[in-house]
Amino acid sequence: MTGSYIMKPEKKTVTPPLWILLELTHKCPLECTYCYNQLDFANTKDQMSKEDWFRVMEEARAMGAVQLGISGGEPLLNKDLLDIVKKANDLKFYTNLITSGVGADISIVPKLKAAGLKTVQLGIQSSDEHTTTLITNNKTAFKDKMAFAKACKDNGLQLIVNTCITRQNIHQIGDIIEMAEWLGANYLEIANIQYYGWALENINALLPTREQLDEAKAITNHYRENRKDMKVFFVVPDYFATRPKACMNGWGSTFLTINPDGMALPCNTANTLPLTFPNVKEYSVEAIWNDSEAFNFFRGDSWMKEPCRTCDEKEKDFGGCRCQAYALTKDMREADPVCSKSGFHHVVTSKVEESLTSNQQPLYRNKINSMNIIANRLATSCK
Amino acid sequence: MQREKLLAVNDHFQLQYEEKQNCYVLLYPEGMVQLSFSAGEIMSLCDGTKSCEGIIGELTEKFSNDAIGSDVVEFLEEALSRDWIVYHEA
Repeated sequence: MTGSYIMKPEKKTVTPPLWILLELTHKCPLECTYCYNQLDFANTKDQMSKEDWFRVMEEARAMGAVQLGISGGEPLLNKDLLDIVKKANDLKFYTNLITSGVGADISIVPKLKAAGLKTVQLGIQSSDEHTTTLITNNKTAFKDKMAFAKACKDNGLQLIVNTCITRQNIHQIGDIIEMAEWLGANYLEIANIQYYGWALENINALLPTREQLDEAKAITNHYRENRKDMKVFFVVPDYFATRPKACMNGWGSTFLTINPDGMALPCNTANTLPLTFPNVKEYSVEAIWNDSEAFNFFRGDSWMKEPCRTCDEKEKDFGGCRCQAYALTKDMREADPVCSKSGFHHVVTSKVEESLTSNQQPLYRNKINSMNIIANRLATSCK
Repeated sequence: MQREKLLAVNDHFQLQYEEKQNCYVLLYPEGMVQLSFSAGEIMSLCDGTKSCEGIIGELTEKFSNDAIGSDVVEFLEEALSRDWIVYHEA
């Protein structure tokens, strides 16, 4: 009897998604050099109507999803934002708005609160105006962000300050912590950026040194030990690690992103992989999550190569990030090269080395640069 | 803890019963706690109209059990220290 099971394909347990991220648009008034968005984002058009977003939320909620992130690009640029927040709240999602704080009149803040928004994650690039402008290529960003943060607190919204750390601002960690506390943040996330999309393109201008990182960690720990009113999270950049992160808690296990054109992804950058991803305009969320080839592709471990296949840590990190493996080795089944067991680990260490001596200037994430990158790719592939 | 004061779920959290998980869950930014049966029963009574004493009274009656008082107090103290619940000013 048991013999008949031997030839069966591996049984993949599919648990429902818990975390849904709606990327309402890839337009953004800021041009941050570290953005994880795809280099060819100019190709992604806003094609989801309000009703489309409503249906996605209803279907995901029916499957058991509880957390909703509303992001982009800049979600404040979507005219249906308030209706989407209200719908999400009516469905009993826990709502997180992930925003730059730039792109809408400040009067939107009380309306977001009235629509039932639970929490705002506000991106802050620096504790000063000059550095903020340098990173975002936007002259009013700093003032707009300060006003947005104040309005959130005045209206009783929970405020999380997210700060993305690179070589451009790592020396300001202490000042950024002070500022977040002064703004009344309930939490501060100090996220050393991970190198995808625009960040990977700009890595030579962005990657801090190990010494800078150690100092930033020490400053953060000093704050944590001495004052406790604001919780501080510190995300370590994986280029300095020897084991990969358990990316997305495992492919297709927890997390679902919907792009502005309706494409469904198991992680924010999955469409950099040579896979075909389904669109919510054609399929239900349930069919996409349970049955699509793309969402099943890296479930389980039968896709793994060595050293992952026989690694005793494969249940812990699932071989790391597929997008990073593909970006750095051109093989999406490889171990994440962050891992010291990977045959490609030298690619990571040499990128770290190279960035130390590079004087490359970062490229801003904007539509013109994106279109130039698309044009260059086409030219190369035609040769 | 102040046993006469009214208790409510912290406005920054969200408490709800999830059919799919068969339990009460407490949601917070990017996270979730699945509550045990008794924790769920206690938290769901923190609705801004009852104090610790009131909650003990209600649960004692519901489960016909006089011995639950100290467990309820212990849980509520834990919940207060985690900011899951707050004293509610009526």
